[in-house]
Amino acid sequence: MAMDKNEIQKLIKEAIPDAVIDIQDLAGDGNHYSAKITSGIFKGKSKIEQHKIVYNSLKGKMGNELHALAISTKEKNNE
Amino acid sequence: MNENIKKIITNEIQNNDVCLFMKGTPDVPQCGFSMAVSNILKILNIKFKGINVLENNELREAIKEYSDWPTIPQLYIKGEFVGGCDIVKEMYEDGKLKEKFKKEKIIS
Repeated sequence: MAMDKNEIQKLIKEAIPDAVIDIQDLAGDGNHYSAKITSGIFKGKSKIEQHKIVYNSLKGKMGNELHALAISTKEKNNE
Repeated sequence: MNENIKKIITNEIQNNDVCLFMKGTPDVPQCGFSMAVSNILKILNIKFKGINVLENNELREAIKEYSDWPTIPQLYIKGEFVGGCDIVKEMYEDGKLKEKFKKEKIIS
């Protein structure tokens, strides 16, 4: 079970169009990624809510095709 | 989720101030993310109940539904879902986790 970096990027971008996304393949195995996501959508939301938005964008792949994705979310303020 | 397993989860988080649903045990974690959270709790000298979801596949799936959160580990403090590994790590690094434990009177 592995997932392509571009596919992760695409799914997040579809759900959060204004997102600035930085994805790293941590182990080079297509299974352990980190994603830094900056978006205006996170504004005023708790960390749990922010991470849930990201998980939801992956449409159930998290914990299945995608074994590990370390998420770091940031609010975009300059809008 | 069947009522039995829901009851087990509710009991655990109500009867333990700090509850960590994890892969493996606090002494022998079976996953790096579970180990990271378990270690943070140990560093802060928090007494916590570690619940090994690898021992019970039904529980492993049920806790995801219960919290509406797709990954493990999951940390509960005083019955409240606080987050998974990324959030707990972030809260530890900026001091908010310690603050939370103080506020909940789990450490002084």
